[in-house]
Amino acid sequence: MTREEIRSLVLRELGRIAPEADLSALPESAPLRDELEIDSMDLLNFATAIHEALGVDIPEADYERIASLRGCVEYLAARLAR
Amino acid sequence: MPSLGADMDSGTLLEWRVAPGDRVTRGQIVALVDTDKAEIEIECWQAGVVERLIAEVGQKLPVGAPLAWLREESEAVSTAKPATPALAVAPAATGVRPVRPVFASPRAPDARPPAPPPSRPRVAVGESRRVHASPLARRLAKERGLDLASLAGSGPGGAVIAADVQRAAAAEPPAERVLAVAASVAPTEAAAAPRDRREGMRRAIAASMAKSKREIPHYYLETSIDCGHALEWLRARNESRPVSERVLPVALLLAATAKALRRAPELNGFFLDGAFRPGSGVHLGVAVSLRGGGLVAPALRDADLRSLDELMAGLRELTQRAREGRLRSSEFSDATLTVTSLGDLGVDRVFPVIYPPQVAIVGFGRIAEAPWAERGMLAVRPVVRCTLAADHRVSDGMRGARFLAELARLLARPEEL
Repeated sequence: MTREEIRSLVLRELGRIAPEADLSALPESAPLRDELEIDSMDLLNFATAIHEALGVDIPEADYERIASLRGCVEYLAARLAR
Repeated sequence: MPSLGADMDSGTLLEWRVAPGDRVTRGQIVALVDTDKAEIEIECWQAGVVERLIAEVGQKLPVGAPLAWLREESEAVSTAKPATPALAVAPAATGVRPVRPVFASPRAPDARPPAPPPSRPRVAVGESRRVHASPLARRLAKERGLDLASLAGSGPGGAVIAADVQRAAAAEPPAERVLAVAASVAPTEAAAAPRDRREGMRRAIAASMAKSKREIPHYYLETSIDCGHALEWLRARNESRPVSERVLPVALLLAATAKALRRAPELNGFFLDGAFRPGSGVHLGVAVSLRGGGLVAPALRDADLRSLDELMAGLRELTQRAREGRLRSSEFSDATLTVTSLGDLGVDRVFPVIYPPQVAIVGFGRIAEAPWAERGMLAVRPVVRCTLAADHRVSDGMRGARFLAELARLLARPEEL
């Protein structure tokens, strides 16, 4: 899976959590929590959706590594390459 | 039309999910109703057979107005036809019961009211609050922008019938009538635009919170709770589980609150008609903030009886439905105490406002590291500030303090939650 594909999948799932947000204007490295007003329940739902789509189970200890859009794509690409 | 909160005084029927002759079970969703806050699925509180639908789709009805007649299974099919349909008043002779008490109680959300004594004429409760009028007369009056209460009724018992409305309409100046019709078209298209919904929700919250601050003498207590052990226990538990089975700290807070409430009945229930009525179970209202503003606090029923995993699953499902606007009527009216947790937003503590007719509310701030002194030692621990606002008409600080102490004790032993 290419980074571009991962990125569009991440954006799709973020769009489900924050349907009102303009994701095309989402800064690459800003904290998603602040940009999209994501709470812990949203984050859990996001992690669940990623697990279902990619088979990657993100442990809680790694949550800080998926805090931004860029971080999230990098992290998932690394996990998938393993 | 059930009351789905102290702030609701009417609702618009959007959809019937049942038809006359249908057999319904307790808890079955029978209709969809639009309120200021949300579209809500209305549940039926008694098994039976739908005898007749009274409310029409698109009709706006005050709280307490009957929506339909329901016949209990044991009752014979009434041969007398549901007599004066214009009035929604069943003659004493038929075996038909007014449906309002069956569907939901408007004032006491938790107590299912008893059936009226058979000797009394079976007048649908809530009738006194509205004008007697036939459904057709209501529709016509609405279309023509006429106030039913201002019309003289010539129907049975002084009820306003269609002819009365037509007569009054003919007497109105035509120009005004046209305006009234035009103005009434948009709101009757039931599905409110998102903007209207936001404004409606704002109004509903304003009404309910103003009532609370005006009428409820709040007292406030706060305690700091060391969550170190609870979080460590939860972390280890989550580590060995797939993401779909993980439990969030907020579920621990809810579990501890629910179990502590069992021993604090004065904080769990309703203040209605000048008296406290204890809840029939511990149904936690969970404040869920909605994207785009506003909040709802649907009930997690029997929260004290659920395991931690069941509580988490219930919370996830409820949050999801709340944000999608798919809540059920009982979830709006059943909560016996509300919990609000604003920790995700980084605030240290919450000074919550009681949601009437409830008598207490519990608030949690964020769980954050703080200096913690214990047994002569200073350490850094994850600490949550838990506040209680309670109704002084019902309980005193001593009771509230005991409740918070019990909550802290339970959080220190998460294995037992």
